Amino acid sequence: MEKPLNNRAWFLVMPVALIVAFNAILPLMTVVNYSVQDTFGNNQFFWNGTGWFKDLLDPNAELGGRFLAALGRNVSFSLIILSIEVPLGILVSLCMPKKGPGVAACLVIMALPLLVPWNVVGTIWQIFARTDIGLLGWTVSHLGINYNYTNEFFSAWFTIILMDVWHWTSLIALLCYAGLKSSPDAFYQAARIDGASRWSVFRAIELPKLNRVLLIGVLLRFMDSFMIYTEPFVVTGGGPGNSTTGVSIDLVKIALGQFDLGKAAAMSIVYNLIILSTCWVFYTVMTNVDAPDRPRDAKDGAL
Amino acid sequence: MARLELRDLSHSYKPNPVEPADWALKPMTMIWEDGGAYALLGPSGCGKTSLLNILSGLVIPSRGKVLFDDVDVTTLPTEQRNIAQVFQFPVIYDTMTVEQNLAFPLRNRGVEPAKIDARVKEVAAMLELTGDLKRKASGLTADMKQKISLGRGLVREDVRAVLFDEPLTVIDPHLKWQLRAELKRVHRQSKTTMVYVTHDQTEALTFADKVVVMYDGDVVQVGTPQQLFEEPAHTFVGHFIGSPGMNVLPASVAGGVAHIKGNEILLGRSYQPIDSAKRVEIGVRPEFLRLGSGTEGLPVTVKRVEDTGRQKIIRAELDGLPIAALAHEDETVPASGVRLIADPARVHVYADGQLVRA
Repeated sequence: MEKPLNNRAWFLVMPVALIVAFNAILPLMTVVNYSVQDTFGNNQFFWNGTGWFKDLLDPNAELGGRFLAALGRNVSFSLIILSIEVPLGILVSLCMPKKGPGVAACLVIMALPLLVPWNVVGTIWQIFARTDIGLLGWTVSHLGINYNYTNEFFSAWFTIILMDVWHWTSLIALLCYAGLKSSPDAFYQAARIDGASRWSVFRAIELPKLNRVLLIGVLLRFMDSFMIYTEPFVVTGGGPGNSTTGVSIDLVKIALGQFDLGKAAAMSIVYNLIILSTCWVFYTVMTNVDAPDRPRDAKDGAL
Repeated sequence: MARLELRDLSHSYKPNPVEPADWALKPMTMIWEDGGAYALLGPSGCGKTSLLNILSGLVIPSRGKVLFDDVDVTTLPTEQRNIAQVFQFPVIYDTMTVEQNLAFPLRNRGVEPAKIDARVKEVAAMLELTGDLKRKASGLTADMKQKISLGRGLVREDVRAVLFDEPLTVIDPHLKWQLRAELKRVHRQSKTTMVYVTHDQTEALTFADKVVVMYDGDVVQVGTPQQLFEEPAHTFVGHFIGSPGMNVLPASVAGGVAHIKGNEILLGRSYQPIDSAKRVEIGVRPEFLRLGSGTEGLPVTVKRVEDTGRQKIIRAELDGLPIAALAHEDETVPASGVRLIADPARVHVYADGQLVRA
């Protein structure tokens, strides 16, 4: 077949290419550039090759130890909040009314925490959990529990986890609620006729319906919590010690506190790659799990 | 398998029904014999689905009783009634294989695994699903999904009845025939009482031994397809069943003769005088009207002849009243001077819509 070759159409893509280059590719390349250099200020840079990356991934190096510890804390934080927020969100969505005036009230109340900006959430909890003037902190410490998020490891973790659950469980619950609403009544009637218990109904009908929305919900919550910065920064400032310092907080300390641009750049690249690959693996696994075993043969249909 | 009985049953969705229109189901008493194949036939909104839901226990009737084998189950919840239902849209458990779907009702009831396996195999063989047992149910076509729904009912040995709520709605037309024939075969094999709700007369008449025709919350006739065709108990049944439906013409009846706008029509029987306050009509199916010649029969004006390929449908008017008749494919219909002769034995008399017996 004779195909006219004319590549002038590429010019139509040029404006977009320029904008993307300006706001994404060039800044990213700057980071890549920093990651292979070192500087002592004065805008003077020295070639360092893959040095920072080697340091970063070596647990015995100063940078590596710091990075891996922060990464570990981030992973733990994400796993803990996911394992609380997902079951709790599903449970809340199952308990929400399906019709009537309660629906609107529930939806509004559930949506409220989602509308509060991160630093405001941080500030609310920073005050709420204080033992001197905060209601939560005061109550807990007056119950005789040693609670002080500024100097005690468990209190600090407890506070930021509780804060995240308070802030984001609604997201999972609302997504699940939407998923549950989409299943027709006939399914529940059939399950009753089949003598299914409440648990069987959940396993056989509701959970499969939630598959898709949970995939989105878990992805969103994983990415968000893995990159969390503002809330713990406002509440604990990463402390006591480094105990609530995630990679984001550490990154800012290195980049802006110590002005180690090379180290920070290498760290951001690795951090970014970890998030991308985790999401990709997660998404691929989840979409393959619920794919049908094999599509119906075209031949069957034609016969 | 069981005998289903509705005793003085009526239902209203309103808390305090007053007017007749408030009732979704008007008082009825009915018995469905064990092992029978019944169809509930009627237009949308006639109450057939309400009646089905009352049988399945999803709706509790306002008045009256539902008895299964003489045991009162009126207030028993669905799961304790031992019935099965096939819904309009296929309901299957997506994450399970065909086999797990069929085993689900038994596993919920704690039947031992060996027995479940045997039952599932038996039912799969009956429904011709044996080759697909290991497949995931979500990838199957709508007709196979409906078979699985039916299978989940049949797999329970003690199932008392299988209820179908317009089960062929989402099935491709060329598969409808096939699935309908299969349902019939499965019914003969399993000998389970089956109740089939539909608004499609072909489905009802081919599936059921007895058809219950419903109209506006009322049961207007219960009969075999033949009875419904030959002797409709209500003008509605005459209209609704048959294509084209029965001709219903206002008339006056005296003894063995009826008069329609001055035209005389012979009746096969002699009738007692009918209460003059009632609206008297005669009904005759197009199948029982033939073309006449000379001066015999009803003089009609032919408006249109529809050739269906197998027969001709004559659409005519008798002094402004529409009337339809069937003619053989090879008969020629003259443009004017057409007369239609009714078979006297097939002409029925109706008073206020109800059949009047001689």
